[in-house]
Amino acid sequence: MEKFTQLDGLVVPLDRANVDTDAIIPKQFLKSIKRSGFGPNLFDEWRYLDHGEPGQDHSKRPLNPDFVLNLPRYRGASIMLTRDNFGCGSSREHAPWALLDFGIRALVGTSFADIFFNNCFKNGLLPITLPAAEVDELFRQCTAQAGYRLRIDLDAQTVTRPDGKVLRFDVEPFRKYCLLNGLDDIGLTLRHADKIREFEARRRLEQPWLFGQ
Amino acid sequence: MGAQTLYDKLWSSHIVHQEEDGTVLLYIDRHLVHEVTSPQAFEGLKLAGRRPWRLGANLAVADHNVPTTDRANGIDDPVSRLQVETLDRNCEEFGITEFRMNDVRQGIVHVIGPEQGATLPGMTVVCGDSHTSTHGAFACLAFGIGTSEVEHVLATQTLLAKKAKSMLVRVEGPLQKGVSAKDVILAVIGKIGTAGGTGYAIEFGGSTIRALSMEGRMTLCNMAIEAGARSGMVAVDDTTIDYIKGRPFAPAGEQWERAVAYWRTLKSDEGARFDRVVELDAARIEPQVTWGTSPEMVTAIDGMVPDPALESDPVRREGMERALQYMGLVPRTPITAVGVDKVFIGSCTNSRIEDLRAAAAVVKGRQVAGNVKLAMVVPGSGLVKAQAEQEGLDRIFRAAGFEWREPGCSMCLAMNADRLEPGERCASTSNRNFEGRQGPGGRTHLVSPEMAAAAAIAGHFVDVRNML
Ligand code: SF4
Repeated sequence: MEKFTQLDGLVVPLDRANVDTDAIIPKQFLKSIKRSGFGPNLFDEWRYLDHGEPGQDHSKRPLNPDFVLNLPRYRGASIMLTRDNFGCGSSREHAPWALLDFGIRALVGTSFADIFFNNCFKNGLLPITLPAAEVDELFRQCTAQAGYRLRIDLDAQTVTRPDGKVLRFDVEPFRKYCLLNGLDDIGLTLRHADKIREFEARRRLEQPWLFGQ
Repeated sequence: MGAQTLYDKLWSSHIVHQEEDGTVLLYIDRHLVHEVTSPQAFEGLKLAGRRPWRLGANLAVADHNVPTTDRANGIDDPVSRLQVETLDRNCEEFGITEFRMNDVRQGIVHVIGPEQGATLPGMTVVCGDSHTSTHGAFACLAFGIGTSEVEHVLATQTLLAKKAKSMLVRVEGPLQKGVSAKDVILAVIGKIGTAGGTGYAIEFGGSTIRALSMEGRMTLCNMAIEAGARSGMVAVDDTTIDYIKGRPFAPAGEQWERAVAYWRTLKSDEGARFDRVVELDAARIEPQVTWGTSPEMVTAIDGMVPDPALESDPVRREGMERALQYMGLVPRTPITAVGVDKVFIGSCTNSRIEDLRAAAAVVKGRQVAGNVKLAMVVPGSGLVKAQAEQEGLDRIFRAAGFEWREPGCSMCLAMNADRLEPGERCASTSNRNFEGRQGPGGRTHLVSPEMAAAAAIAGHFVDVRNML
């Protein structure tokens, strides 16, 4: 997993609540057996005017000029502002994969759906939760000001606005540690292999029916 | 230790290790695998030179991409075919039990787990699919995971997790005739919203829930995720135990007695404290129909399409306006005036034998309306299909003009050939009415199997209570 320490990035505002993972990456692209290449299909149904299928040449498809990701001023954005319950719906990890592949490294919003939130951390995409009033203000500033950027410092747990105001955010220590160091969860867990074996052996005695088949 | 909730018990009995910040290494008893979210996990395993930790914990099936029509020639779409073949290959290579596409035990992953007795009380059950919450009906801690976690479970038989808050949804009293578990859960979501359960594990309790069959409880827990909760659960009682008895993966003999004795402890203790309690009166729950593009956009059958102008919160108002535009609906239209083009009875929410029986009871001796282009029934598994055929349900559906299909996810998410055309309106027993879910531009209304059947007959939404 790629490390996340600091990020100074252009911000794109996605002003909708309940953005679901079907919208983030529509199901036809889930047929891929790879982990990469989902970026061109991020928000496919909102981003393009035609219907997308895997294997198309996306550079030739008609773009929806009104969709925020297509506005020239947001080209190259690496931070996305979001609203309530972002990432609800299916467990598809293709959603964070598509966001990352597109170039988004951090999300700033009021709330994220549980599974999506978890999937982000597994891939080095940082979801930041802030109070509604602060997010409202970020939306206001970002739409008002071209080239709006934020500075994120994971170690210090801060988001710094262009006007210098510093917003603090919470992150669970263990997740933070893994993200800062780009640690692979499986490797970390396997340090406890003996404990897992011990637990399993006890379970086998107490509930042998769980190990029957 | 004081009074514990069911969730407390399930959680604490699976802790292998705990970090200082409360992050827990949780032991996983059952891992269900399907073709869409597993290929990258198997690839990761291979790249790292790892093997599955405990083969017997895994059970695999292809469901999302499989065709529901003639399967003799395999899968037409080459991309879908490759994904299913990749699952077959991975299971073969690693030695994981898989029900292949033409096995009678094949079906939707959340239908076959319980059907096989592979889902047992007290287990932790995970799957790379958000509707894994379904299995909580058996007093399991069951939740959906992403692909990195699929790899993590394969490699270590554990997951890193943080304990959620607890919510009790208590429903009391008898349900009206024609009102089912689907209506209960839609009413719950209508009440608390699609983010209402975020950060919580929900336990469903109360006399209404205790009176539900296992099928009904699965429908309920299935949609806990639509209320934002990663898991939903119901305590063990006789209904649970009777359902499990004799299933292929269930214990037998002396082990059965031991297991049952343990399972009977899987309920919240008297006086256990929940972080939030939500109460519903069953008598006041009416048949539900969603009108928008989120399951919380729901109303009773005698209701109307709401008017966004009356909504004071601007973000919500805009969401409603966008939903109505997508759905092609005008504010204040009575729900019963909304016609349907297609009807889909299926999905891991409502494709079990009881669902098919309930729908067939409405359909029997009647005809699908002329304006309905397609009405289809997709059983949840090969075994559900066989059972239904034995009971003659297929003949009832066919005689009425329904299509009777092979098991799979089908038009729940339209990854196979079954889908809505742009603008088509569907009465669907599935769980998500998101934009494009059943096909680009398709318009989904979530309902119970009874209500879907009634809509097929009438050609528009109707109150099934008047048809029983
Ligand atoms: S039936 Fe629908 S919701 Fe259930 S597993 Fe299949 S696609 Fe997912």
